[in-house]
Amino acid sequence: MEARMSTEKPKVAFYWCSSCGGCEESIIDLAEDILKVVEAVDIVFWPVALDFKKKDVEAMKDGSIAVGFINGAIRLSEQQEMVELLRKKCQLIVAHGSCSHLGGIPGLGNFWNKETIFNRAYHTTPSTDNPDGVVPQEVTVLEDGKELTLPRFYDTVYTLDQVIDVDYYLPGCAPPRDLIMNAILAILEGKLPPKGSVLSPNKSLCDDCDRNDSKPEKMVMTEIKRPWEILIDPEKCFLAQGIICMGPATRTGCGERCIIGNMPCRGCFGPTDQVYDQGAKFLSSLASILDTDDEKEIEKLVDTIVDPAGTFYRFSLPSSILRRRRMEAIK
Amino acid sequence: MSSETFDPKLVGFLCTWCSYTGADLAGTARMTYAPNMRIIRVMCSGRVDPQFVLKAFKEGADGVLISGCHPGDCHYQEGNYNALRRHRLLTKMLEQLGIEKERFRLEWVSAAEGAKFQKVCDEFTEEIRQLGPLNWNGGANEHREA
Repeated sequence: MEARMSTEKPKVAFYWCSSCGGCEESIIDLAEDILKVVEAVDIVFWPVALDFKKKDVEAMKDGSIAVGFINGAIRLSEQQEMVELLRKKCQLIVAHGSCSHLGGIPGLGNFWNKETIFNRAYHTTPSTDNPDGVVPQEVTVLEDGKELTLPRFYDTVYTLDQVIDVDYYLPGCAPPRDLIMNAILAILEGKLPPKGSVLSPNKSLCDDCDRNDSKPEKMVMTEIKRPWEILIDPEKCFLAQGIICMGPATRTGCGERCIIGNMPCRGCFGPTDQVYDQGAKFLSSLASILDTDDEKEIEKLVDTIVDPAGTFYRFSLPSSILRRRRMEAIK
Repeated sequence: MSSETFDPKLVGFLCTWCSYTGADLAGTARMTYAPNMRIIRVMCSGRVDPQFVLKAFKEGADGVLISGCHPGDCHYQEGNYNALRRHRLLTKMLEQLGIEKERFRLEWVSAAEGAKFQKVCDEFTEEIRQLGPLNWNGGANEHREA
């Protein structure tokens, strides 16, 4: 028995909440590296790939899982229940990917509430075919008196750390394989940074960007262009071309995947440690380089910035200072 | 809450060179004005990080004022132009987040304009009184009620 205990591998769980599945894909994308992981650990829970149930997790001893990787934001009561269970069973919880770290794309739902989202999804989209106007109910009583239940849909999307205590954050949409492997190896070797760390370098994307040298001495924007409006120079800084790029307010470590694809940074890695609110900080830097002092000209230029809140908080609205649109303002 | 009984909480970021001195002048000249403004002195209106404004709203402000030197008079040449650009862009973003543009104000008040500071405080207080409380809660506790 003792001999078996000593060779027992650390247990790992993976779980998904409000997400697209890309973060699950990022585990698969470890490709042959995943064999190293499987060799070193026991995967005890992974709904997307393995047939373990909630009751299997419930039967485990508290703290018996070494680490749980949780991707996705929290939008349903079921997701809250599952992550609270995993928090009890896991020694470490890693928020895996932008959605659990910052709220991510599902977090843009915070411009709306349950009522307006349900109205859109079940009544007004051009593809909705729902003549009886049926909407999901939390409780449905059948003819024989049996009750069927569905999870509660919250008005607000939450980041993982607004619901449970989180030990580490793996940023990105989805996190790149080198960061995932580094995180797993650091956990296995016990070489972890302080609790609460984001497992990616603490500097801005511009610091690492290949186009940094192309930046003019004085950076100014005389007009704002959207990526489809111009032929983008693949060598030149996006901001210098008039295209909004979140690089200055975004943490590096992504491998510049978007920049290499000739698309500006959209901010999925979130801010560096020095910043509370990625969108506000980016707004500050962008406003500073608008190239006019004239009030009317400034207003004209600001008018050309389409959807500033959705652009600057594309991945981080639930983790921002204000977190959401005011409920009273939603019609 | 009716507009008669609602006492707005306002936060004012005032630059030390012009607007804070202007507010000081209003005080030493014993001008009376609405007491709703909580003044925070900053070195320059261009020092006001948009995060400060968001935090003020989050912590319970019903309105936020940034006040600096008149255009062309900035002690640091162009800090107030940065404040102007940020104010216009942040106003647009706040409206998307459901915070009315009336709640976020930018004013130029020089060191000699005690009377203008008095007028700004009175007007802003009255305007926010009519608009009502912001009641920001960020959906913070919904998942704890489940």
